[in-house]
Amino acid sequence: MNREGGILSLVLTRVRSGDVGRMPVVLALVVIAVVFQALNPVFLTSRNLSDLLMQCAAMGTISLGIVLVLLIGEIDLSVGSMSGVAAAILTVGAVQLQWPFVLAIGAAVAAGGIVGAVYGLLRSTLGLPSFVVTLAGLLGLLGVQLWVLGDAGSINLPFDSWIVQFAQQMYLPPWLSYVLSAATALAYTATLLSRARRRAAAELESTRTVIIVIRGALLLVGLAGGSWYLNLSRGVGLMFVLFVVLVVVAHLALTRTRWGRSVFAVGGSIEAARRAGIRVDRVVVSVFVLCSVLAATGGILAAARLAAANQSTGAADTNLNAIAAAIIGGASLFGGRGSAFAALLGVVVIQAISSGFTLINLSSSVQYMVTGAVLVFAVALDAVTRRSRLGTGRT
Amino acid sequence: MRAPSVSVSPRRTGDHVLSMRGIDKRFGAVRALNGVDFRVREGEVVALVGDNGAGKSTLVKILAGVHPADAGTIELDGELVQLSSPADAQDLGIATVFQDLALCENLDVVANLWLGRELIERGRLDEVGMEERTWMLLRELAAKVPSVRVPVSTLSGGQRQTVAIARSLIGEPRIVILDEPTAALGVAQTAEVLNLIERLRDRGHGVVLISHNLTDVLAVADRIVVLRLGRNNGEFDAETATSEVLIAAITGAFDPVRPVSPPDEPRAPVIPLADARRRVDGDR
Repeated sequence: MNREGGILSLVLTRVRSGDVGRMPVVLALVVIAVVFQALNPVFLTSRNLSDLLMQCAAMGTISLGIVLVLLIGEIDLSVGSMSGVAAAILTVGAVQLQWPFVLAIGAAVAAGGIVGAVYGLLRSTLGLPSFVVTLAGLLGLLGVQLWVLGDAGSINLPFDSWIVQFAQQMYLPPWLSYVLSAATALAYTATLLSRARRRAAAELESTRTVIIVIRGALLLVGLAGGSWYLNLSRGVGLMFVLFVVLVVVAHLALTRTRWGRSVFAVGGSIEAARRAGIRVDRVVVSVFVLCSVLAATGGILAAARLAAANQSTGAADTNLNAIAAAIIGGASLFGGRGSAFAALLGVVVIQAISSGFTLINLSSSVQYMVTGAVLVFAVALDAVTRRSRLGTGRT
Repeated sequence: MRAPSVSVSPRRTGDHVLSMRGIDKRFGAVRALNGVDFRVREGEVVALVGDNGAGKSTLVKILAGVHPADAGTIELDGELVQLSSPADAQDLGIATVFQDLALCENLDVVANLWLGRELIERGRLDEVGMEERTWMLLRELAAKVPSVRVPVSTLSGGQRQTVAIARSLIGEPRIVILDEPTAALGVAQTAEVLNLIERLRDRGHGVVLISHNLTDVLAVADRIVVLRLGRNNGEFDAETATSEVLIAAITGAFDPVRPVSPPDEPRAPVIPLADARRRVDGDR
């Protein structure tokens, strides 16, 4: 009773001061897990979780791009269509035109780069709102997708091709999953330790070694334990690993490089960024290019997972779910706030809801309504914390 | 090994760092500045006062490289300079803190201070180096900021002003221009910022202070330059000036009573910046 009150007041203080971090989304995951596990004990089985994560990769990759555009305070509504176009280019190139897969993949990704560059230039040179530009892009790219697919309408990828194998059958061998878990935890700990040492040498406040070791150990236990549980059935999907690697790379680029710093600055205040000498137009173009490239990559992964591309690849719910995932994961719609991990957490929430409803055999109508409610909740939290941030910033 | 501090090198004091002479600026039919002279010494706080539309902002924007002057000369350390862009001004050591501060509220103090000039080490942001120097700078300014790792949005108005001023010092400028630094602040925070201005003077920077608040100006400035309708309307020693005299000069109620004679140095001949343009202006 008392403790609940304590936790509740802690949550309220943090919401009021505008710093909720990843708490709400983790909380949401716990609720989802408990509810669906109670409704159907299959939900938390190793097999179901392994599939669920595999299912996350394509949409999560698209969502990662959305996180980037949200960080600079823009939006890309066309990521679904872009992924559909990429899937169409991949299958038409590889199957109908008999290109090698590498070429077909390259063409699909390049298409994403071109589309993103057009968006970025329209935004930065003509000042068109990204909402409208990418809405037009959504329609235009849908047309491109139908045109590329042509009369075929639906094209299957050969099941024995490496890309389909990769997306459907390839899992980390158990020993490798443990080695990777250990290596990741070790790298994480070593980074933190060297930072703490440098900070201590500079007489700055630094994290205590004990805390760092504990955090590293927790990460190791989490990764290795998760791997162990998934290894009870199929294991850790290679495609999911690829997605996580993309997230980590994006995270490092956002937090450790000048480019990343300028992305946050542009999202915080374009005028301040410009006066600080940041080439705002370049940052905007680079972010739109990355978003569309990631959307194209997501489309390729989706086509590989399905072993086919058709006219509805990347249609309505892919698009909106990818955008919803970024926001649910904690990227702010108002720009300048969020993290690459928002894509990971958000997409897991959305896929968990989807998987849960499939398991309890409820029609997709309820699933859409619940996802919508979660999204509204996430946006409301974003708006409330933003307002309290403005409120506590004593001007 | 400690990184080198951002402290100033010993400098001669008393020399004119900046001399602006005969500055003209028109915007269409409006003559914003008409033969304005303005000088700043090293380690001197010069207040620039005047009513709205007197030309304070225009003069400062010329100095910050935002607008080019139509005529007149600008000398920095005795050398003629062209200020055709904000980057030019910054490279020459003229830093400006505009009234809106231009801070990114979502970024922390360190990130704001080094924005656009981040230190890089082995391809990554050198967060430790930047934080270390940030602390050094803030300590030198005796600034009260609770933590340099909190977003600027959580800071008070005075603290934000401190951050903006500290940021302007990153490139070790000769001249720091402060545009209405106390306009939005309470009493305690104003005092804090005025202390900060004195510390800038002690570090050897030439400080240009634009303010409407004569109390603040009299408290902190060494010399006060009054502009009225785009012209110089008196220059006062802050030791002896009173607000009545200043208000009279600002409003033009009567001519300046005790104009301090311009600092004792022979007036150099005015070298026109742009002859052609000047002729066009003069022909009018």
